[in-house]
Amino acid sequence: MSYSRTAPRSDTATGTPPAPSDPALRGVAPVGPVPGRGSSAGRLRARRVRSRQWGALLWVAPAFLCYAAFVLYPLGQSIQYSFYNWDGIGIATPAGLANWQAIFTQPELLSAITHAFELIVFYTLFPVGAGLAAASLIRELKPGPLSTISRTILFIPQVLPLVAAGVAWTWLYSPNGLVNQILRATGLGGATRAWLGDFTFALPAVGVIGVWVMLGFCTVLLLSGIGKIDPALYEAAGLDGAGRLWQFRAVTLPGLRQELVVCTTFTVVAALASFDVIQVSTQGGPGYQTMVPGVEIYRLTFLDQRIGQASALAIFLTVLVLLVVWPIQRLGRTD
Amino acid sequence: MTQLATALKAPVIGGRRIVRGDRITRTVLLVLLMLFAIVPLLSMFTAALAPQGSNPPGLSWPAHPHWGNFADAWTAANLLALFRSSVLIVLGVVPATVAMATAAGYGLAQLRVPGGKIIYGLLLAGLTIPYESLITPLYYDIQSLGLLGSRLAVVLPLIGLLMPFGVFWMRAHFVNAETALTEAGQLDGASTWQVFRRIHLPLAKPAISALMILFFLATWNQYLLPLVLIGDPAKRTVAGGLGAFQGQYGTNTALLCAGALLIIAPSLLVFLVFQRNFVKAILQGAIR
Repeated sequence: MSYSRTAPRSDTATGTPPAPSDPALRGVAPVGPVPGRGSSAGRLRARRVRSRQWGALLWVAPAFLCYAAFVLYPLGQSIQYSFYNWDGIGIATPAGLANWQAIFTQPELLSAITHAFELIVFYTLFPVGAGLAAASLIRELKPGPLSTISRTILFIPQVLPLVAAGVAWTWLYSPNGLVNQILRATGLGGATRAWLGDFTFALPAVGVIGVWVMLGFCTVLLLSGIGKIDPALYEAAGLDGAGRLWQFRAVTLPGLRQELVVCTTFTVVAALASFDVIQVSTQGGPGYQTMVPGVEIYRLTFLDQRIGQASALAIFLTVLVLLVVWPIQRLGRTD
Repeated sequence: MTQLATALKAPVIGGRRIVRGDRITRTVLLVLLMLFAIVPLLSMFTAALAPQGSNPPGLSWPAHPHWGNFADAWTAANLLALFRSSVLIVLGVVPATVAMATAAGYGLAQLRVPGGKIIYGLLLAGLTIPYESLITPLYYDIQSLGLLGSRLAVVLPLIGLLMPFGVFWMRAHFVNAETALTEAGQLDGASTWQVFRRIHLPLAKPAISALMILFFLATWNQYLLPLVLIGDPAKRTVAGGLGAFQGQYGTNTALLCAGALLIIAPSLLVFLVFQRNFVKAILQGAIR
């Protein structure tokens, strides 16, 4: 048996990026009165409609030109730079595919990409998993002070600048910080360390900052999704003898599909493209232990002046994000 | 189980009986999650009250709270200039971007734009492009425009970078807008502009204000662009300034924590004031 949400929200189904624009809806868009075929009035109208179509470009032009100037054009430049060696000042020399080969052969560059994927575990897997568990246990928040306060507090990490998250956690992880204080208080004093400077624990420590930023957001989003599931579905499942776990599988999970896709997409992009938190807390160190593509691009450009290499990595990162996000979005399409 | 529930006189919520044990689990879970979210900030707060240059413990109320640290941090971080600068950047980015995105969203949803599908497809592709991927060429473009170091260096690229989401958001609104109204307006001989101005714009107000909130956050919290494009920290956004402040006072825990709290205070305040709108906007933004 399958339970699905009684009232599917049509707006969410039509607006998932990067899906191609939906022809069904575009057909609905009004284009003025349909001209009568053959009559001279109709022909006149048809001409007016057509001229209005070109006029419609004016509505879109400013937005598109800004986008083209500051996103598409630089993107093209990046692709071009990636085939050159350039220090940003002198003359660029053709590099062939060398910058691209380096991504797969140079250990530092390769490790940056591996780290980005390891961060997905912290940015996506933990927050979405724990958020899902918490949301299905809490299931509904009675409207009241507790609901308002908890929503507000859970959202705070998401609202603050990521730099602030980096600063706060740098302090928490410091030798005197709260993390070590708790360890000492619980008799685990032997485990204390300077977490962000530790070769083994620096990356997980940075990952936990991601958990902090994302967990509340995922929980609130999933909770609001669960609140929209028709309670009758749970009752029906209960009457059919479904236990808690079965209810979760048959009602909660399918009902949260849209929210799960959103959480996953949002957090995966944040993990792969992380910059702020790491730049502030570890700058990629110790060694290359927490180096991620975003920080590496920044360093290659502004510290090493290797513009070509930075550009190749930048384009690679863009493609990587698209390749990872695309299948997740496909899962979210309800039809 | 059922007997236990009746024995405890379980309250009926939404037509379902809730066992008291459930309610306790629920509350405990919520409180734990809330603690995880708030304790790092509390730890910063107590550290901010410790004597400067000392090694404060992770989380404990100091015997003699040094409230003066906040005043010192205010001066040291040059916060007045930083807030003024952030406001200028927000004013440069948000209204312009929202206006252009609204027009484009309306055009793509309600008018027949030649090549509209291609234009929209190109814009959608920009939704997931990481800012770091564009920062290298942007730096050299801004340099050749002679804008490096000015606030325009951040404002102009940010307008372009935020545009895909803005158009996506406004189009999603206008696609669901009532088309019968448009047709009625056109039959009355109203021009495209009049139909938009008189009928659709008033109806789009909630979508537009939600977009403004989201763009305010994105601009106010922007770190990478100001870091790279504006050398003088006093001309950056608040987030960009915080990075510089950390670099300068990283070893002075008390002062750093005080400064960081002051720097995030406005975002926090604005969030608490518009709390309901914020959460709604972000949830909607995410869902769409």
